[in-house]
Amino acid sequence: MGNNIGSKRLVVGAHYGLKEWVAQRITAVIMSLYTIGLFLAVLFTPDIDYVKWVGFFNFTVFSFPLGKMLALLAILSLCYHAYIGIRDIWMDYIKPTGIRLTLQVFTALWLLGAAGYAADILWRV
Amino acid sequence: MSNTVAKKRPEYRNIHVTQILKYRLPLAGKLSILHRVSGAVLFLALPVILLPLFDKSITSELTFLEMQSLVSSPLVKIVLLGLIWSYLHHFAAGIRYLALDVHMGTEKYAASKSAGIVFAVSLSLTALFGLKLFGVF
Repeated sequence: MGNNIGSKRLVVGAHYGLKEWVAQRITAVIMSLYTIGLFLAVLFTPDIDYVKWVGFFNFTVFSFPLGKMLALLAILSLCYHAYIGIRDIWMDYIKPTGIRLTLQVFTALWLLGAAGYAADILWRV
Repeated sequence: MSNTVAKKRPEYRNIHVTQILKYRLPLAGKLSILHRVSGAVLFLALPVILLPLFDKSITSELTFLEMQSLVSSPLVKIVLLGLIWSYLHHFAAGIRYLALDVHMGTEKYAASKSAGIVFAVSLSLTALFGLKLFGVF
């Protein structure tokens, strides 16, 4: 790396943003697998009622809350994925730094709130 | 050259908002901008529509029934169908991007064909889920 600190630090170049790019793809794969798994479980469960539906999320394996952990993994992946994607939108269309920063902070808070809300829902059942 | 000043041809560099409607995007371009739009829609809907519905569906038997009666309203069904389309388009287009990332189907013809497949898959699945949602089967 060249200049990494101060006002003249290098902010462009090869590999800049690579971590986010890779993370967005990994989280996408996690969400796809979770979605397909959940969809197949719903599809092959006849006459779904409340008890069967909750069972997809609060089942345990050797008293480990696997259903909740998988759902949490999917929702955390979703939030990181969406943070990168929405940040890309702001970077493409919003040029003034102040407005862009405000929107990015709002995005992060929006998603942190969503993740907390989802965890709260999951651990209530 | 005698005709160099004859006619000023329109130049398109960065597309301006006012040009969006008359700018003829290829199918893959439409897929791309809709991937972005559907992602943004899902981002906005997550904590205000999707999670509250999930909350109701899972919290208790009583709230599960509340969720069912909420979803039985046609207005909510239309909103949900929009979100279902957003999810399916984002999903199918995302799979295509993952393939492109590993250099599958990057040639002009293959890329345009796979864009067509994405629309065919996401729209027919949306139709299928829509028919199920509105109780046709």
